[in-house]
Amino acid sequence: MFEYAPAPESRSVVSLDASYGLFIDGAFDPAKEGGTFKTVNPATEEVLAEVAAAGPEDVDRAVGAARRAFGPWSALPGAERAKYLFRIARIIQERSRELAVLESLDNGKPIKESRDVDLPLVAAHFFYYAGWADKLAYAGFGPDPRPIGVAGQVIPWNFPLLMLAWKIAPALAAGNTVVLKPAETTPLSALFFADVCRQAELPPGVVNIVTGAGDTGAYLVAHPDVDKVAFTGSTEVGREIARTVAGTGKRLTLELGGKAANIVFDDAPIDQAVEGIVNGIFFNQGHVCCAGSRLLVQESVAGELLDSLKRRMATLRVGDPLDKNTDIGAINSAAQLARITELSEIGGQEGAERWSPACELPERGFWFAPTIFTGVTQAHRIAREEIFGPVLSVLTFRTPAEAIEKANNTPYGLSAGIWTEKGSRILAVADKLRAGVVWANTFNKFDPASPFGGYKESGYGREGGRHGLEAYLA
Amino acid sequence: MPKTSKAATVSEPTRLAVRKTYKLYIGGKFPRSESGRTFVADGDNVALASRKDARDAVVAARAAQAGWAGATAYNRGQVLYRVAEMVEARRAEFAALGVSGDELNAAVDRWVWYAGWSDKIAQVAGGANPVAGPFFNISAPEPTGVVAIVAPAGLLGLVSVIAPAVVTGNTAVVLAADPQIAITLAEVFATSDVPGGVVNILTGRYAETAPWLAAHADVNALDLTGVEHRELAAELERAAAGTLKRVIRPATGAVDFSADPGLKPMTALLETKTVWHPKGY
Repeated sequence: MFEYAPAPESRSVVSLDASYGLFIDGAFDPAKEGGTFKTVNPATEEVLAEVAAAGPEDVDRAVGAARRAFGPWSALPGAERAKYLFRIARIIQERSRELAVLESLDNGKPIKESRDVDLPLVAAHFFYYAGWADKLAYAGFGPDPRPIGVAGQVIPWNFPLLMLAWKIAPALAAGNTVVLKPAETTPLSALFFADVCRQAELPPGVVNIVTGAGDTGAYLVAHPDVDKVAFTGSTEVGREIARTVAGTGKRLTLELGGKAANIVFDDAPIDQAVEGIVNGIFFNQGHVCCAGSRLLVQESVAGELLDSLKRRMATLRVGDPLDKNTDIGAINSAAQLARITELSEIGGQEGAERWSPACELPERGFWFAPTIFTGVTQAHRIAREEIFGPVLSVLTFRTPAEAIEKANNTPYGLSAGIWTEKGSRILAVADKLRAGVVWANTFNKFDPASPFGGYKESGYGREGGRHGLEAYLA
Repeated sequence: MPKTSKAATVSEPTRLAVRKTYKLYIGGKFPRSESGRTFVADGDNVALASRKDARDAVVAARAAQAGWAGATAYNRGQVLYRVAEMVEARRAEFAALGVSGDELNAAVDRWVWYAGWSDKIAQVAGGANPVAGPFFNISAPEPTGVVAIVAPAGLLGLVSVIAPAVVTGNTAVVLAADPQIAITLAEVFATSDVPGGVVNILTGRYAETAPWLAAHADVNALDLTGVEHRELAAELERAAAGTLKRVIRPATGAVDFSADPGLKPMTALLETKTVWHPKGY
């Protein structure tokens, strides 16, 4: 392996305030009751800023602002709403370097991912839905589509700004107003986005950002004047939200967990498959709901494939997220690191064999070496539960039918991968997989035009594409 | 629903009518309730479905689902069109159960309308996505799986909840509001090449059986159209959250089943699968 000199991206492009308030009705405002919390850089444990924690009264003010803004915003001609969204998309492109560095600081993801994946997709998402704002009658949801009202949106910490874009862009295009709660550990890019809205001169109240922990999200979801709830996060919290919303008539979409099978057949090009497996599980430290966390490899090529995978894993660079050479950054929080550590220990205790490449981890911050488990059975917890970290469980199969059976043997159904040179097999297997996104001879590809979302307990509704509008139209 | 006279006319001196026994419809067969219970509806003894019957119906629906979804859309359309023919052929029987001519016409026409969607919904609800890269990317709708339905009263209402569920490749467990009408419709299914288990019909009290279906881990979606009590609907929706079932909520006001239903009754029971593949030489 070549030694690389460090190539750090400068963090001077980001100017952080010591503390941030809530963004309500077009202005930053301290929380009236909830106090503050600190957000840290997971790579260094350094405090980045202090952020307001919204209490029930703060959430109520934000919902009130969104309600007042809804009438005028939904009455704007679609072409005018579109122009605000185009402005936002452009400003994001103009500030993308700053926002990428900010995202890596607060989240721990490698700069090459925030720069080359997150930020381009964020801008593209606003561009895509901007174009829908004046074409809603052609979207196939009836001749007179109407917005729903005030959307309460709760997003996770793995792709903070991208998940914000997935939620806010279609909501605004369809004429809704929003109150968005970013994750507790990654609130900063949403607050910078509030500034983007100000630069775009978006009318006050159309977008409101309330920061806080789970209870802030719970206030928002339960608020009686919220008409539509959208949540991305764990299946456990999704269930709780579905219970809260039951009987209220609020519209609900959920994008929840996954335990995707990445299926490698014996005729797959091994080197490409290895790249796909690495991308599938180590992209974004494995903090990906659609991560290919279960490798199903056909028995006859398992040995060769695993040798090749281990060789490839030994070249992965773990460390400083702002270093442009870094492949795997920091685990997002101490709590997430504890969960990954615990499930990995259970994997060993239950009899699976653990392997990681030699890999020096920084002393401070939250880190986990890329890890694979072989000899995993379907009963093992590491084959059933979402680990949400750089940990791959390897199982084998002999026939396509067995591969399909094992792939579908999970309450989740978000994504899956297929690796084979045989086109007819791709199509037949893709038909039988119970998953919302199937990547064949590729993995972890995203696009604003491509619908994303799960079957079964991975949630309901789709985000992206024409399908993504449905959640925001009455 | 009041029936027209069921007693034989007295002028025929000798022949006594052969009455029909109304039983459940599960897996293409007409069993009694395993509980042995019946109740009286409009003068008939009708099977009173139990929790076990509901669970048996889910097993039958699950067993039938892959085959039904895997049939060609053309074939499913043909089978469903045959159902419309058979309902038409049983006009007199439905009329004797109190179904008006107008309602029957509307029910047959609605069924024909849905039958035609079998090979069209995928083109309307899916298609190629123009992603920014060298990829073939296509979205297609797929059935969500097993759907539990609390049906509204009347033949048109019943047809309006069953047809969208099955034309899309789902299989259904239906809790019927009008037992005789529903079981007569089951006889139509049984004689129309609808594979056993695709539609299963339970008669009895939905307030007793629906909670088991709402919480059943092998049910994928719950249609509450026929639930009249708001609090029960909310309770069932909460139970459905345990396995994140898709839920069709009851309307807040009266439903006009004669109006154009739009795509929503079908799309609410469909998943969207998106497949990516690289393009290259």
